[in-house]
Amino acid sequence: MAYSEKLLDHYDHPRNVGSMDKDAAEVGTGMVGAPACGDVMKLQIKVGKDGVIEDAKFKTYGCGSAIASSSLVTEWVKGKTVDQALQIKNTQIAEELALPPVKIHCSILAEDAIKAAVADYKNKHNAVVETPACGEICKG
Amino acid sequence: MQLASFDFQQNHFDLFGLAQSFQIDIAQLEQQYRALQTLVHPDKSAHLADAEQRLAMQRATLVNEAYQTLRNPLRRARYLLSLHGVDIQEENNTLMPPDFLMAQLEWREAVSEAQQARDGAALDVLEARLQRETRELESRLALKIDTEKNYAAAAELVRKLRFMERLAEEIHAAYDAIDN
Repeated sequence: MAYSEKLLDHYDHPRNVGSMDKDAAEVGTGMVGAPACGDVMKLQIKVGKDGVIEDAKFKTYGCGSAIASSSLVTEWVKGKTVDQALQIKNTQIAEELALPPVKIHCSILAEDAIKAAVADYKNKHNAVVETPACGEICKG
Repeated sequence: MQLASFDFQQNHFDLFGLAQSFQIDIAQLEQQYRALQTLVHPDKSAHLADAEQRLAMQRATLVNEAYQTLRNPLRRARYLLSLHGVDIQEENNTLMPPDFLMAQLEWREAVSEAQQARDGAALDVLEARLQRETRELESRLALKIDTEKNYAAAAELVRKLRFMERLAEEIHAAYDAIDN
């Protein structure tokens, strides 16, 4: 199977591999896994006070397409607000890397990793600000 | 069983005369498989017309497929849930419990480190732990499917088991890499 140059470039030189402190307030961590192939992906974003993503790191155990997809999204989310990051669709990832049809689930995994990281970040910040349903009792 | 009465519609459990459950008698499966294999072997039809030979090939293929499905716990569970009309969502459910995924990530790191250090003893420890946790998942599956008939909960266990199978493949690949 012929892989695209962009995919091979991300696979051979993955960007932003690493970890951040998952307990830090400004860090959102997304953990996702694809049962179909057993791939596991961790994506972390560091969000500034203005809501803009300053940094992103990933760690992926999986095939080349999964690694390239996560490497690509760490580049894409930087400089975006968290809500803009949520607009990234798996089809854009698949198109950019020219993923073959059998590897589309890798791009879905990357999209879901962004969503999970943003949700984790938002959870951390909403936990104190707005918990209308449970008032005082379940803060933090 | 007579060849003439071979039923292509029956499910894999019926084919081997087994009750439809996750826990099965493996010895009985093996025994029934050998008996059926003898019965449906395509060589027996070598002297017959083409149509008969094709049918014989289909029978043998079905028996093999059914056997391979039932002898492997993951494939057996998947098949059982499909008989109950449950979608395991292996293709699109990426949100496994975070602690489970974190543990998977740590396993994979440990396997990769052991491989780089060519540390066979470390791999032995990982494999023993993997087997232990896989057996535990399988007994929980038996409980959810056979006793509680809670197929939705079973589907999540099947997805977890798929990650364990992948981990086993990674460990075997690491052993191979060390040996070579």
